[in-house]
Amino acid sequence: MGNKQTVFTPEQLDAYQDCTFFTRKEILRLFYRYRDLAPQLVPLDYTDKPDVTLPYELIGSMPELKDNPFRQRIAEVFSENGDGNMTLDDFLDMFSVLSEMAPRDLKAYYAFKIYDFNNDDYICKSDLEKTVNKLTRNELTPEEVSLVCEKVIYEADVDNDGKLSLEDFQHMIIRAPDFLSTFHIRI
Amino acid sequence: MHTSFHQLIQEQSSLVEAVLELEMQARGRGKALQPQPGWDGDSNSPILPCSPMAAHPPALLLPAGRSRGAIISQYYNRTARLRRRSSRPPLQQLCHTARPSLRQYDLETDPARATLEGEDKRSLLVKELLSLSPSQRSHMLLTVPLSLAEKRTLRQELSGQRGPLRQHAQCWAPSSLCGWSKDYIILVSLGYGLLSLLPAAKPWHYALKQIGGRFGSSVLSYFLFLKTLLMFNIISFLILLVFVVALQAAYPPASTSPQSFTGLELLTGAGYFTHSLLYYGYYSNDTLNDPCASRPNDSACPLAAPPFPYNMPLAYVFSVGVSFLVTCVLLVYSLSCSFRESYRVGSSAGDLAIKVFCAWDFKVIQRRSVKLQCENICTQLKELLADQQSRSRSLSLCQRLGHFAVLLLAWALSLSTVLGCVLAVHYFSEHMHAVSARQQEAILLVLPFMVSLLNMLMPHLYNLLATREKQDSPVAQVYVAICRNLILKMVVLGLLCYQWLSRRVVCSTEECWETCVGQDLYRFVVMDFIFTLLDTFFRELVWRLILENKLKRKQKPEFDIAQNVLELIYGQTLTWLGVLFAPLLPAVQTLKLLLLFYIKKTSLMKNCQSPSKPWQASHMSTVFITLLFFPSFLGAAIFLSYTIWSVQPSETCGPFQGLENIYESGKTWVQVLEKSNPNITWFVWVHQHLVENTFLLFFVSGVLLAVIYFNIQVVRGQQRIICLLKEQIANEGQDKIYLIQKLHSVYGQRERCT
Repeated sequence: MGNKQTVFTPEQLDAYQDCTFFTRKEILRLFYRYRDLAPQLVPLDYTDKPDVTLPYELIGSMPELKDNPFRQRIAEVFSENGDGNMTLDDFLDMFSVLSEMAPRDLKAYYAFKIYDFNNDDYICKSDLEKTVNKLTRNELTPEEVSLVCEKVIYEADVDNDGKLSLEDFQHMIIRAPDFLSTFHIRI
Repeated sequence: MHTSFHQLIQEQSSLVEAVLELEMQARGRGKALQPQPGWDGDSNSPILPCSPMAAHPPALLLPAGRSRGAIISQYYNRTARLRRRSSRPPLQQLCHTARPSLRQYDLETDPARATLEGEDKRSLLVKELLSLSPSQRSHMLLTVPLSLAEKRTLRQELSGQRGPLRQHAQCWAPSSLCGWSKDYIILVSLGYGLLSLLPAAKPWHYALKQIGGRFGSSVLSYFLFLKTLLMFNIISFLILLVFVVALQAAYPPASTSPQSFTGLELLTGAGYFTHSLLYYGYYSNDTLNDPCASRPNDSACPLAAPPFPYNMPLAYVFSVGVSFLVTCVLLVYSLSCSFRESYRVGSSAGDLAIKVFCAWDFKVIQRRSVKLQCENICTQLKELLADQQSRSRSLSLCQRLGHFAVLLLAWALSLSTVLGCVLAVHYFSEHMHAVSARQQEAILLVLPFMVSLLNMLMPHLYNLLATREKQDSPVAQVYVAICRNLILKMVVLGLLCYQWLSRRVVCSTEECWETCVGQDLYRFVVMDFIFTLLDTFFRELVWRLILENKLKRKQKPEFDIAQNVLELIYGQTLTWLGVLFAPLLPAVQTLKLLLLFYIKKTSLMKNCQSPSKPWQASHMSTVFITLLFFPSFLGAAIFLSYTIWSVQPSETCGPFQGLENIYESGKTWVQVLEKSNPNITWFVWVHQHLVENTFLLFFVSGVLLAVIYFNIQVVRGQQRIICLLKEQIANEGQDKIYLIQKLHSVYGQRERCT
């Protein structure tokens, strides 16, 4: 790999490589994807660390995210102040966690935050109802949704406080070997 | 759990003081209140040794808030523990209480450190990270759930000393930690890096993304499996190319008159190809590049010693052996990786929760597929709800007997069809070779044609059978169909192997029987490819046209993953069986797989819809790799070993002419070595006593069995510990409720008293 790129300094690229699961080539490719969302806003030279934030509407219009029912929550979880507007760092972080190589615990942590709609560090019944409705596009009746949520809490809540904490969630995720392959976006 | 206890204290922050006060008062009054951790007053609180807790604490010790400061504190604790704990504490020194003291683990309520804020916490974490080894440090940096900006700041502070080493362990299976030795991981990642430079891999990245985006992880698993097989074949081909084929091509033997090339050779492998690099018969049994080779042994050789004499028979047998060994190692490695990910100790309850949180495939990005996925999940949730409600209703005896009878009938039918097919193949091949073989070369194609036809039609019958019998779950249906299909294929292949090796019917009149067997296998491989194409054509294209035009249904046919994967495994088994007799067969298989990828992808995109059955992609990937290893590769390895050890090679052709068996070439070489150089008698001794002696084999098998038994016991122990820990967690929750009530009552009493 020749050092012909002028977007980042070598130190910056090294830092990105050490802090994400991507190689140099992939980081540069992701940078160009980020820039393609708004070429007039994102400069080609990141060596002086410009402070550029892309609004949520642009992020949510990416082909990888635009039909995902959880795209807003994903953007909110990975953005700095929780409003969905992402810097390049947030963008790289998001795809790094959602890549193939991220370990299970890290993915479980962020999945928990995505499904926690009210940001109270617990997945309570209302969070679950919102999740189920998003999954099924409101096709289930309210009684069925309520029944599903009750059963989920009954199955997964280990410490019997009526809502799912991160530990309960992680404990359940460990029993689902598919989680690693479904919580994955190819970019 | 003491963290929930801690949380309780925080929630009722005004009562914190009261708790301490109460404690003193209660002690003074001699009451039964014991708010300390580690009590065992109640009989339902089990006492466990500290070891499981100490060994697996991290998930239990997350502080209440998810703030940045909390995460940094948590990871500070984690790294501190990593550093302090070098090995498990001995059992005798463990305390009786299962729950360690609060104060040791919580940075925030520890009065000495209560005043620390963000920057100081971070510098503490940095200090702890610096005391770890570089690999642990880089792993910690990658897995801490902080934002990227935070991580970069951490890294900057760390790199003031030494920057963390980048150890990017990549596995083929989607898990970043496969627990292998560091060197092997570096080797594998180098190899993987080399392979990813292959031009074929890069354009496939987009193709795989397209497939995953439209059809999801389940269909994608088929294409990833194809990619894995391609890699195995390329490695085998490269080994054989470098050590056998290229050298023989550089020193061609005294050639017989070549026959003219007609197009039929591509199908039959005979004719022009008979005396070519493709088959065993072409390879010489001499030392190449040796000018003295053609002279008789006892005449002195006046020429100088040759620069690089190359012993072709030895190279041939060793290359085949090494390629099998490398394939075996890679297979076992990917098998263990995927098994580690998909095998779970413990109960399988909790389907609904798993369905809600893990069923959404984030890879699916096309609008129509997303809509379909929503519908699928909706249907599955409804089915699960209905299933759980009806599970209490058990079947009556009559129904159970009926169900059992249907099952028995279905299995009897499928096994009898297998028997029928096998007998048909046997009598057909006998008849074929009795009629006459060499008049028309096209007749040679009839047996492979028939076998491939049976392999294509029978699975449809088994699928039909599987839909008739009502299995417990749709996944069981798939497994049963795969099982029957596999039995058919393996039994037919077993019969063919027996025919090839015994040569009572097949190749009985040939002088060079290995070339004949190689040609047979080549024909099977080519015919398998043609039938796969036909199968794709009829099952997908024609069926879609029928559905659209005649039956006017909006649905498209589904991609049958199991059937396609079994076809791949069958083709690969044929290749492995034929490597000894046709060294270029892996190249043929590589070409076939490359073409298959593009053809299947095109057909998939145009004709199919995404699967509606719930398909556990990672579980099925494990099953596929296991099937590839267990009947397919091991069967081929057994066939190869038997051929090398016990079958007499032909007298007039090939690298092992005139020897009693192929293995003898190795033995002769060791004897020659012994005579030529007396310094390496140790090697001969090793060969004689370890390789030739069967005692070593029994010993190794015994050790293996002991290791397996040990691991089974470990798994059983872990299951028991999981049950005990679950009980403990449930009890902690109950304890918390009890404590709140007690607290309320004591506080109420205090209020009433004052």
